[in-house]
Amino acid sequence: MQIIESAKTFDVAIVGSGAGGGMATKILSEAGFDVAVLEAGPHFDPQKEEDRNQLRWPWESPRRGASSNRRSFGDFDAAYGGWNIEGEPYTTEPGTRFAWFRSRMLGGRTNHWGRISLRFGPLDFKRKSVDGLGDNWPIGYEDVKPYYDKVDKLIGVFGTKENIPNEPDGFFLPPPKPRLHELYYVKAARKSGIPVIPSRLSILTKRINNQRGSCFYCGQCNRACSAYADFSAGTCLIFPAQRGGGKVQLFTNAMVREVTTDKNGKATGVNYINKEDRKEYHLKAKVVVMAASACSTARILLNSKSSVHQDGLGNSSGLVGRYLHDSTGASRSVFIPQLMDRKIYNEDGTGGMHVYTPWWLNDKKLDFPRGYHIEVWGGMGMPSYGFGFNPNDLNKVTGGTIGGYGDSLRQDVKKYYGAVMGISGRGESVPQRDNFCEIDNNTVDEWGIPVLKFNYKWTEHEVRQAKHMQDTFEQVLEATGGILLGDKPGADRDYGLTAPGEIIHEVGTTRMGNDKRDSVTNKYNQLHDCENVFVMDAGPFVSQADKNPTWTILALAWRASDYLVEQVKQRNI
Amino acid sequence: MDRRDSLKSLLVGSVAGGMLVTGCAPETKTPHVAPEIQDLPGYGRNEKEKAHDREVLAEEFLTEYELETIAVLVDLILPANAEFGSASDAGVVDFIEFIVKDMPNNQLPIRGGLAWLDIHSNKLHNKVFKDLSVEEQKAICDSIAFPGKTAPELIHGEKFFTRMRNLTMTGYFTSEMGIKDLGYKGNTPGVWDGIPEDVLAEHDVDYDPEWIAKCVDQSKRMDIAEWDEDGNLLT
Repeated sequence: MQIIESAKTFDVAIVGSGAGGGMATKILSEAGFDVAVLEAGPHFDPQKEEDRNQLRWPWESPRRGASSNRRSFGDFDAAYGGWNIEGEPYTTEPGTRFAWFRSRMLGGRTNHWGRISLRFGPLDFKRKSVDGLGDNWPIGYEDVKPYYDKVDKLIGVFGTKENIPNEPDGFFLPPPKPRLHELYYVKAARKSGIPVIPSRLSILTKRINNQRGSCFYCGQCNRACSAYADFSAGTCLIFPAQRGGGKVQLFTNAMVREVTTDKNGKATGVNYINKEDRKEYHLKAKVVVMAASACSTARILLNSKSSVHQDGLGNSSGLVGRYLHDSTGASRSVFIPQLMDRKIYNEDGTGGMHVYTPWWLNDKKLDFPRGYHIEVWGGMGMPSYGFGFNPNDLNKVTGGTIGGYGDSLRQDVKKYYGAVMGISGRGESVPQRDNFCEIDNNTVDEWGIPVLKFNYKWTEHEVRQAKHMQDTFEQVLEATGGILLGDKPGADRDYGLTAPGEIIHEVGTTRMGNDKRDSVTNKYNQLHDCENVFVMDAGPFVSQADKNPTWTILALAWRASDYLVEQVKQRNI
Repeated sequence: MDRRDSLKSLLVGSVAGGMLVTGCAPETKTPHVAPEIQDLPGYGRNEKEKAHDREVLAEEFLTEYELETIAVLVDLILPANAEFGSASDAGVVDFIEFIVKDMPNNQLPIRGGLAWLDIHSNKLHNKVFKDLSVEEQKAICDSIAFPGKTAPELIHGEKFFTRMRNLTMTGYFTSEMGIKDLGYKGNTPGVWDGIPEDVLAEHDVDYDPEWIAKCVDQSKRMDIAEWDEDGNLLT
């Protein structure tokens, strides 16, 4: 079957429609470029009734919202796919672990993410200078700050000015008031000498323009907002780019296989499989922006071999796929007897937590490098599949019968409803050259494309950090006056440390740097080896702080897009 | 109309006619899709998911007889009270009929567990479980419903009962009736403006005035945000 050539040549082909691809779409189309956006999944618009997950009741789903291989986070979560995608496997090297969450749809994972929107601070770009581990970024906070400011204003984020050195303030919308269980956390944390501040989420507590509504407090940001009152790449970047009259052509269900190059090694476009007719197409473009997510971008680059780029495009350093790293994670929960038999009222609030603890021990000498922040969860949420399982297990704690049957089970469920609170740490790992993804030579997906194989192991830095998390959790949760649930995970369980990939902050596979022997892109996200290819997802991250990566992906994609426009104007590309 | 037909008509609901035309839907793997099976009322499914639901709805797993026993059991687990109906009134039998097909790892434990229950009933009373008197049924439940107190020879019954209790409780509390019973008040557009004062008064925690002063003034939530150069909100 021959490859079908596109008739026209686009100025830019953008591979992926998540945070980075969305931002590139907006900025580059507004600069007058003729843009093609290729997305491996279907179109998605939460304002359309047929795509709507928001404000649905559990009984609308015959499986009552349970998770499945089709949606790992449940029927009403907005992310199609998840840990497994039928027909598109990945593998892991025996003895190593990696969990890879992918969402094939317009907007990608930005449709369901937690909206935690934290700026990296000055220390976060220069961690090697602090602890001697890993590498510094080739840029610093001052380079990115103007773009963080612009992202805040364009997209909207609530938070408060706190003047904490490594937690830079921004242009904030006002935060929502804390919920009851969050006040229990605030009190306990302060008693333990741990700071708590209003959380920083990209949810509109006020309107920021006439195109998007303000939050109506259903607590369902993970389901994608029909009022466009939270950030997702489709609703906040791609749709506005289309409405703005920009030349934006969307190619959905377009699975990009490789970046094509000419005899000089310069990119000429991309080859993709149209999932609807299973045919291969060549889309011609003068510039290619890779924003397929850190690992998918690495996969496409490694699959783009040619006589000039023999080890894959951009891979003369051998580093494409290397320095892959995810956040650390660990959790603990507590039963708070004072919250039993609560008065029930609507406390859905915004999606996610209203309060959180930023890392507070930068100045302290600890037995592990770098830090973590603490997230809080609990409250009187909407039941879905799994609610009511083991309805009276907490009778273990309060005294009373476990198990049984009859009307008393109703009372048990109501008694404990909203009485459990939990906290989770999300921390910074130290990037390792030997943690990587590569092409698996034995496996292709259903489109014939070689798949990724992961090789990832935590080091003792991350394990010791998880131990510190557990000690902190125990201290704070005991200070709530409640009863801690489950055993404290010890060394035998790596202190409850999540498997690599599970926090879904995977970054670093095409890291940036000034030396092309030691990095894949330059400090403007441009491949050292191929000047008309940029990487605008989280691949170029040198390290990722304990902060969720999205706000930094957005800021760097905007910065890189500005640079790209300038380079084209100066005829350097 | 038997239970299974009534279930199908319930799921198909009012959109049955309109959904008959499925010509543009992807091919399903099941060659013998029963003609009366159409899509469920929409709940935000993509095409792959619609195809999956169609396949599952077309399958049959539990028999009429098994479903009748389940109906008896789930109403023992969660009977009606003065205010609310029983588990089966809330649709739990239909939920279980679906979920064992959708989550096939339930199939063997539930089929085998139901058979265990009948064997045990036959042993005691020479009758299958659903034909026992309520007192006899409850006596059997008493022997398998309390983990940690079960006689060793009945441990398989306990495992089955625990599974059925979990499915019953989750099926009930995710139904319209169960959510009303629970009293959950959300999933509706509104404005969150903090914990009600009477609730706050009952707890040994307080709003810090300095913190609250920074929070959103809900009377200005529709005003478009503007800031000064230092990031101070002006509106």
